[in-house]
Formats: sequence, C-alpha cells, structure tokens
Amino acid sequence: MESLQKIISNPWVYAALVVVLTPFAGALLTSIDRKLTARMQGRIGPSWFQPLYDVAKLFSKNPMALHRPQLIYATLHLVFMVVAVVLLALGCDLLMVLFVQAFSMICLVLGGMSVRSPYSWIGSQRKIMQMLGVEPVFLVMILALYLRNGSFLGSGLFSKAEPLLLSMPLMFLAFLCAIAIEMEKSPFDLSSSHHAHQEIVKGVTLEYSGPFLGLIEIAHFYEFAFFFGLMMAFWHTNIIIGLIVAFAGLVFMTVLDNSFARLTPNWMLRFMWTVPLSMALANLIWLWVK
Amino acid sequence: MSKAIKKSPWVVHFNCNSCNGCDIEFLACLTPTYDVERFGVLHVGNPKHADVLVVTGSVNNRNKHVLKNVYDQMPEPKVVVAMGACPATGGIFADCYNVIGGVNKVIPVDVHVPGCPPKPEAMMDGIIEAVGILEKKRKGETVDAPVLPVKVVKGPEAPPMTPEMQAKIAAAKAAAAAKAAAAKAAAENQPEAKAE
Ligand code: SF4
Repeated sequence: MESLQKIISNPWVYAALVVVLTPFAGALLTSIDRKLTARMQGRIGPSWFQPLYDVAKLFSKNPMALHRPQLIYATLHLVFMVVAVVLLALGCDLLMVLFVQAFSMICLVLGGMSVRSPYSWIGSQRKIMQMLGVEPVFLVMILALYLRNGSFLGSGLFSKAEPLLLSMPLMFLAFLCAIAIEMEKSPFDLSSSHHAHQEIVKGVTLEYSGPFLGLIEIAHFYEFAFFFGLMMAFWHTNIIIGLIVAFAGLVFMTVLDNSFARLTPNWMLRFMWTVPLSMALANLIWLWVK
Repeated sequence: MSKAIKKSPWVVHFNCNSCNGCDIEFLACLTPTYDVERFGVLHVGNPKHADVLVVTGSVNNRNKHVLKNVYDQMPEPKVVVAMGACPATGGIFADCYNVIGGVNKVIPVDVHVPGCPPKPEAMMDGIIEAVGILEKKRKGETVDAPVLPVKVVKGPEAPPMTPEMQAKIAAAKAAAAAKAAAAKAAAENQPEAKAE
C-alpha cells in the first residue's frame, strides 16, 4: 500500500495516470450528459459506452483530410488540452493552465480557418467571440483565487480549510456560464452545436472527418473532465460534497441546454461582459475588502 | 472496432425531391416513441461525419449532382439507405419529365426500405440492416448491392370492348370532331365579321 502510494506520488507516474484516465472520466461525463438529456426529453437515450463507441468508430474510418495543416491543428488542439489538464493536476501555475487551455482553443480556430468552407469560417469567428466572452471571467477567477490563497499555484487551492464555494459563490455562477460556453451548450452553442440542423451545420469541426474528428472528440473528453474537476475544486474539503457540487453544475448546464434556443454572438458577448463578469468582479472586490 | 461501428452509425439525411412524407416519418424516428438514439444513431447534418446516407424522394436531373457530391464527401466505409418508393423507382413521380428514377441510377444503394412512406419501424429496421452491411464493408468482405425486388406492376387486364362501346366511342369522337370543326369555322368567320 505504502509503496503504491509512493509510486503514484512520483510526478511522472501521476501525470501518466492523469493522461490515461482523464479521457475515460470525460467519456463517462459525456454519456451522463447525453443520458440526462434523453431522460429529460422522455427518451431512453444511448448506451453508457456511447462516447467510447463513437470515438472508436471514428478511428476505424478511412482518413480523409483536405490538407496537412488541418491535421496538425487537430493534433495540437488535443496536445495542448492534455498539457493543460496535466498542469492543473500537478498543481502548476493557474495562469499557465489558462493560457495553455486558451491556446488549445486557438488551434481549433486556426484549423477551422485553414479551410475554405464558409461555415467553418463563421464557426471559427464565433469561437473567437466565445473566447472573448469567457477569458475575462477565467482571469478574474484566477485573480480572486490569488487574493484568497496568496498564490497563483493550483496546489494553493487546497491551502485553506474552508471550501472555496463559501467565499466565491458569485464566482461559481459566473464560472458555470463560462463552462456552458466552453462546452457548447445552448443558448451559447454558437460555433459548433451538438444538434444536427442549424445554420452553420457543424461550425469549426465541419471539415474534419474520421480519425481527425476523433482527436477533437478526445480533446473534448479532456476538456469536460478538466472543467468538472475545476467545479469539484470549489468544495475541495470533502470529495462527496465536491462531486455533488459538480453534478449540480452539470445538471444545471443540461437543463440550460434543453430549455433555451441558441442566441446570437453579440447577445452572448453582451451578456458575458455584463452579468457574469460583474458577478465575478463583485466577488473579487468582496474578497479584496475582506 | 467493428463492434464500435455497429454501435454508432451517424446518419445524414438527403432529401431529393420528396413529397416530405418520408422525411416526416424519418424524423419521427428521433421522437420519444421510437428513439433511434438508443441504437447510437445520431442525426448529423454533415456528410463528412456520417456513416449512413439516407435518401428520400426521387432523383431528378437537377439534384443528381448534389446527391453524388454528398455521397462522395462521406468517408469510407459508408452505406446508402433508400427510404420509400420514390428513391427505389421514382415512385408516384416516376413519369415526371424531369425524374431520372431510382437513386441507384446515381449512387450504389445498399438497402431499400419499401413503403410510401415506410413506417418508422421499417425505417429503423432498414438502418439496422445497413449497419450490418457497414460492418461487413469495414472488414473488407465485399457486399453486393442487393438486387432491387421491384417488378413492373400492371393493373388487371381490361375487359374486351363490346360493339356497343365501340359505337359509343366512335360517336363521341365524331361529335368531338364536329364540335372542333364548328369552333374552327367560328374562329375563321369572326375576323371577317370584324372587317365588315
Ligand atoms: S415514397 Fe411516398 S411518402 Fe415517400 S417521398 Fe415518395 S411519395 Fe412521398
């Protein structure tokens, strides 16, 4: 037992475990999301292993790409997402994590821009708008974490005995909106929706197919697990309550997804820069004054 | 891998000139009553993400290029399901001047689902059938496209004509000819009347 703990606490082994296990956690979360959506609509829904089947299927298709940069961007999207997850798991600088995650999104945008499909272009432009809406909230959140913990390090999250949610409730709400954008949930699913028939078809991922779409799907699993982990960190003192908090966030996003129609990019930007950003700033000021 | 391809067929739906009956029935498969997603079927709008191409309606000279284009954009392995009578033979539109006929005149079809429109159950059955073919195609076992089980159906033989009927028809024809001649004469006379 002790030797096992020793092996796991080795940063290399720990990072390798994170890299291997995170996509499975993300796949499980994705299937919970799809199952919940189906139940809300009165359907049975797909099997629990559906996301894994989907990815395995995508990798069994014949590769078909427009040109080589497209493949590089898809791979970089995945690689940067993995790096962000590993950096977070190792408790590195949160600003670094944020920038690496943002760079992963930028790779997706570049991939969408590198082809000549107008739908893909519009999707990429909207992805940029989404990043504009989301990044200030993340930045304010990290500043607030610094004020509270006195450190930008991810490991500093666990330095206080009191759960984060109690000192940052408004921040949590703003963070939920930001995650809904990053996970492409209605009303924010502007750049690439999960639903079939919409005006820009599949947005940024339009021109990817087969294994390359599979890479993006895996990156999506990592991303889902990444944000779920961050939601859990809002109640780090007890893992059960942390899970409950994160599941509450997940259910909130699924309800949001099923009860809203998608809105315009300008509306999203206006909303993000007013309501969630001011909530986050209010929380920041409160921490500052305290 | 071949299990995975059976469990997650993504479907793109192309409507060439259908009456929308088949499309409505196909979309009904997604509703809670039928819930085709429990088989892992996802309705995608993008042929590059799809494994199964569902075609409804009869092909005409305008949309055959689009159909071919959609088919060519799908990555291998792929299957085509023709939903309804229209994509099998042209259906009730078969005699239209612009209709080419069945979808298999443009792209190879793997499964034909009969009906006008087919029931959603039959459509789901067709997709599951297609998924089996998809798996065989992935394994490299060549699958022949099925021979279309459609033959030209004629109505019952008309009864032979009796002499009275023939006489009636001849009288009607003569009457119509006389009427036409009278109308022609009237049309010829009119300009003269005006001139006077
Ligand atoms: S098969 Fe019948 S229902 Fe279907 S598109 Fe043709 S005419 Fe309409």
